[in-house]
Amino acid sequence: MGTLRESLGERLRRSPLVLPAAALLVLLLVNVVVTPGFLALRVVDGHLFGSVVDILKNGAPTALIALGMTLVVATRGIDLSVGATVAIAGSVACTWIAGASDPTDPGTALVGIVLALGLALVLGAWNGLLVAAFGIQPIIATLVLMTAGRGLAMLITDGQIITVANPLFAELGGGFLLGLPVAVVVAAVMFAAVALLTRRTALGLLIESVGVNPTASRLSGVRARGIVWGGYVFAALCAGVAGLMISSNVTAADANNAGLWIELDAILAVVIGGTLLTGGRYSIGGTLLGALILQTLTTTVYTAGIPPEVSLVFKAAVIIVVFLLQAEKVRALLHRRRPVGERVATP
Amino acid sequence: MPEPVVAMRGIEIGFPGVKALDGVDFRLLPGEVHALMGENGAGKSTLIKALTGVYGLDGGTVTVRGEPAVFSGPAAAQAAGIATVYQEVNLCPNLSVAENILLGREPRRPVWQGGRIDRRGVRRRAGELLARLRLDVDPDSALGEHPLAVQQLVAIARAVDLEADVLILDEPTSSLDATEVAELFRIVRGLRADGVAVLFVSHFIDQVYEIADRVTILRNGRLVGEHLVAELPRLDMVAKMVGHELAVLADLDREPAAEVAGDPTVTPVLAARGIGRGGAIEPADLDVRPGEVVGLAGLLGSGRTELVRLLFGADRPDAGSLQVRGRPVRLRGPHAAVAEGIAFCSEDRKGEGVVGDLTVRDNIVLALQARRGWARRIPRRTADELVARWISALDIRPADPDALLRNLSGGNQQKCLLARWLITEPRLLILDEPTRGIDVGAKAQIQQLVAELAGDGLGVVFVSAELEEVVRLSDRVAVLRDRRKVGELPRADASVGRVMELIASGGGHLA
Amino acid sequence: MTATMPTGTTTPAASAARSRSWRPSRRLVPTLATFVLFVALFAGGSLRYDGFFSGQVLLNLFVDNAFLIVLAVGMTFVILTGGIDLSVGSVVALSGVLSAKLLAAGWAPVPVMLLVLVLGTALGLAMGAVIHYLDVQPFVVTLAGMFLARGLCYVVSVESIPIRDPLFTAFATGAVYLPGTELYVSPSVLVALAVVAIAAYVLACTRFGRGVYAVGGSSHSAMLMGLPVARIRVGVYAISGFCSALGGLLFAFYALSGYSLAAVGTELDAIAATVIGGTLLSGGVGLVAGSLLGVLVLGLIQTVISFEGTLSSWWTKIVIGVLLLAFVVLQRVIVRGGPR
Repeated sequence: MGTLRESLGERLRRSPLVLPAAALLVLLLVNVVVTPGFLALRVVDGHLFGSVVDILKNGAPTALIALGMTLVVATRGIDLSVGATVAIAGSVACTWIAGASDPTDPGTALVGIVLALGLALVLGAWNGLLVAAFGIQPIIATLVLMTAGRGLAMLITDGQIITVANPLFAELGGGFLLGLPVAVVVAAVMFAAVALLTRRTALGLLIESVGVNPTASRLSGVRARGIVWGGYVFAALCAGVAGLMISSNVTAADANNAGLWIELDAILAVVIGGTLLTGGRYSIGGTLLGALILQTLTTTVYTAGIPPEVSLVFKAAVIIVVFLLQAEKVRALLHRRRPVGERVATP
Repeated sequence: MPEPVVAMRGIEIGFPGVKALDGVDFRLLPGEVHALMGENGAGKSTLIKALTGVYGLDGGTVTVRGEPAVFSGPAAAQAAGIATVYQEVNLCPNLSVAENILLGREPRRPVWQGGRIDRRGVRRRAGELLARLRLDVDPDSALGEHPLAVQQLVAIARAVDLEADVLILDEPTSSLDATEVAELFRIVRGLRADGVAVLFVSHFIDQVYEIADRVTILRNGRLVGEHLVAELPRLDMVAKMVGHELAVLADLDREPAAEVAGDPTVTPVLAARGIGRGGAIEPADLDVRPGEVVGLAGLLGSGRTELVRLLFGADRPDAGSLQVRGRPVRLRGPHAAVAEGIAFCSEDRKGEGVVGDLTVRDNIVLALQARRGWARRIPRRTADELVARWISALDIRPADPDALLRNLSGGNQQKCLLARWLITEPRLLILDEPTRGIDVGAKAQIQQLVAELAGDGLGVVFVSAELEEVVRLSDRVAVLRDRRKVGELPRADASVGRVMELIASGGGHLA
Repeated sequence: MTATMPTGTTTPAASAARSRSWRPSRRLVPTLATFVLFVALFAGGSLRYDGFFSGQVLLNLFVDNAFLIVLAVGMTFVILTGGIDLSVGSVVALSGVLSAKLLAAGWAPVPVMLLVLVLGTALGLAMGAVIHYLDVQPFVVTLAGMFLARGLCYVVSVESIPIRDPLFTAFATGAVYLPGTELYVSPSVLVALAVVAIAAYVLACTRFGRGVYAVGGSSHSAMLMGLPVARIRVGVYAISGFCSALGGLLFAFYALSGYSLAAVGTELDAIAATVIGGTLLSGGVGLVAGSLLGVLVLGLIQTVISFEGTLSSWWTKIVIGVLLLAFVVLQRVIVRGGPR
């Protein structure tokens, strides 16, 4: 019973953020040792450059998707379809821009972006409908769109890779704002907005309550369905924005490969950040750390001269270590033994 | 005295922050029915789980038939002849009745015939066992198709088939009606005659006096004493369980709200007309006036829970209408009911009430916060004040708003749920079995609270399986039978006997 | 308990007799629906396209999907316990790459096959142990396994390695003719069907198999009922690992090469086939035969789309998605319609 006053050390040990933060630090240290100039930042034309900036920029789409995923996971859900949504969002925007009378016009880009995000919202609402209204298991409900969604993206692009040359559109993935890459700024703003919204309003409490016990929450007057639904819509919106970033970065839409397996990275980021897939307590900060760990890991593999083929093995190894450290049973073994048993049977 | 078949000495088990068992001794003799009594949180379940190896021991020894025994889990305990039937039916609803009875020890063909499960043998053996218990159940039907009471008896059939000489019944009667309890006791007596040692855990003191030979009483994780049931007067047993003289229960003769009870000129807080739902409850009328306690009495499956769920909008009615303070309303869900000032404590505390991983504070403010909407967060200071006030008013222990609710005992959890609703200042409070499975002390406190709340002008709907409790507390008692409301008794006419007559008049007992 | 008990009024014979009246279980409805769908698709294709209505088109469904059948069988075990195994596609690729590499290095084919099967089983066993003993969610553990196996593929070889071993090519090109006809299947099909038969037997007629259903119905209850839950939960992942490795070998026979990028996304096909075949993702309900049907339906959809000619290949994905949806909704309706 975590009643009462614990020492600072005790609380630190229990904090879910300590492990991921330590892991990130270790990774950064490894990089500094291997590449002495790793932390160096350069300013060129008022824009910030450097390995750390690259990590932030390349990690932004995954981090964003992980942000949406966190809220879905907190309500006991999971969204496998975000990768497909990434592909669809990019395909819609690029197909619209490429097909417009003036493909370089900023207005065209804006309309394309609005269309893509609008469609993403519809897809999120669809997932929410299946999960919240029909009561279908999240894994399978979103598997439907994961499977069909990439086909839809191919349908939109007619199976082609669609390249665009729109300056405004290219800004989203390649431009700079206030000296930072636009993608990083957008992701940071969205993280801050969600953190504020869940802390300053009761949304955080209601989401956690629905995640811990949906029935009890509903019977307490919480509009549990609405909250679950909102989670999927928001996750799809994040995926839509991420899809735009990704296609803008390469100024093309690749329905087949854009956002492929990004849902798995996002889920990993969420779990590494200390949010349990069984719902309930979640951590936005943890998710951010998780996403940064994954991206730093990828970068480390490259800078350390490890053959890129092996990077997946490293990723798997790190994931396994983090999970094992997080697993309650292992923690119990490391600290002090605890009674086996009394896992509450989930309905 | 014969050698004990199970002897536990100096058992110690600790959980974070709690000593669940502290040096408890326990012994079980062959051929006896031994009751294990205590309030919630006394350590009864923990003791059973220590015996069957679900929990590891922090101290003490267990001997079975004179040999030291440490079981790695229920499977090992079962192999040593210790079978357990739990309060919650722990069977697999997706499998057939026969399979559930014989799972893990199905008759098999000889190895030279492939060693596969002999399905016909499974069905025959299960049929025999069901017949022995006089259970008229199709062994091939899926377990999940049967009501809980039948599932519970199937679990007992499973335990009976184990070659067990120790049978643990962990509150087996809480979902059974009187006839089924009699059935169960007939079976238990048969087993006792065969020399089986039966460990019987129950909250029902009457049942203990009916069936048990000896009783071991625990309190706060400590052993209070071991007695022959015949030599222990009831009042002494209760006193030993709660640890202090408890006259509250007898004293609670509250002033009836006679001036409003049944008075048609007072506008009811809630008036239901012909409200019903196919397969759950036939259309029924019910009025609740301010300051009035309306009791709902009926057996398990009579539709009492189904009726109150309709009043709260937890399920959608398919007939009838509701009026709140004279205004017709359609409740589109619990949130609408909460907005109308209706509060509802479900009978399923763990599944539908407690949000275990959240703190006491978050649990208490949940309903109020839900009513305010997500955008208008209750300021932290206001929340702290409200929570502190209700923790002390309801005597919630530990009085720590930051404790996780799942770590509290059943009685204290129930008080937190009551606080969750009282904080919203409801006009109507619906309590579905608020005192089930909680200790005598907390029970008395909750009954007292209900009386006080009604005195303050709150309308209360009070559902309980215990007729005495309903009759004592209520201004009017509505009686249900077979998913239908069969009558309403004003306080003057309401007695346990009269209610029983109404319930029994139809003959049928379990839907 | 050895003593006699008073025998009740209902005799066993009477209750057994009453139970004889067979009624189709609601839980079989999805599997039956899959069968009807299969027949309808085949009939529709036969009416629409010349040359569709032939035994060989039917048999080619088996030939082309033999490895997927084996994967779906393993997946069925896992999903029946309420788990999931995302690693199967990567293990297929790893088995193929490893076989190709070892054969190229001069190993004899039989030791190679045995080694691959042992490795696959061991990986499954390890994942199952982590899932059960450390209480980590299957989704996460097998996801890590998926990355690990795929990563190991690249470590073994980034390039595609051709297989020229005589035994492997014999498996690839061999044809087993149905007696008295021109129709044939590959030897892999016989392996796959044998796996299906064994799995069906294990699930229906052994204590382990019934235990799998029990764990899927309620793992907590199964534990309290004294079933060897640990053995069952770890066992199903080992079985799935074995099936993945075997599927990898069959895939290697089929492709006659080992390639790191092979079978990407196959885990989704296996899951889809299992669900379409009527297995509840929450566990406890399902049949191996249903999963076989599920694979055949997926294969048939591909065949129809290739016969259609004008339809692009991505329609396959869309159709599978729609089918998944239909079956999920069907299951939902059935579960909700049943008693609580």
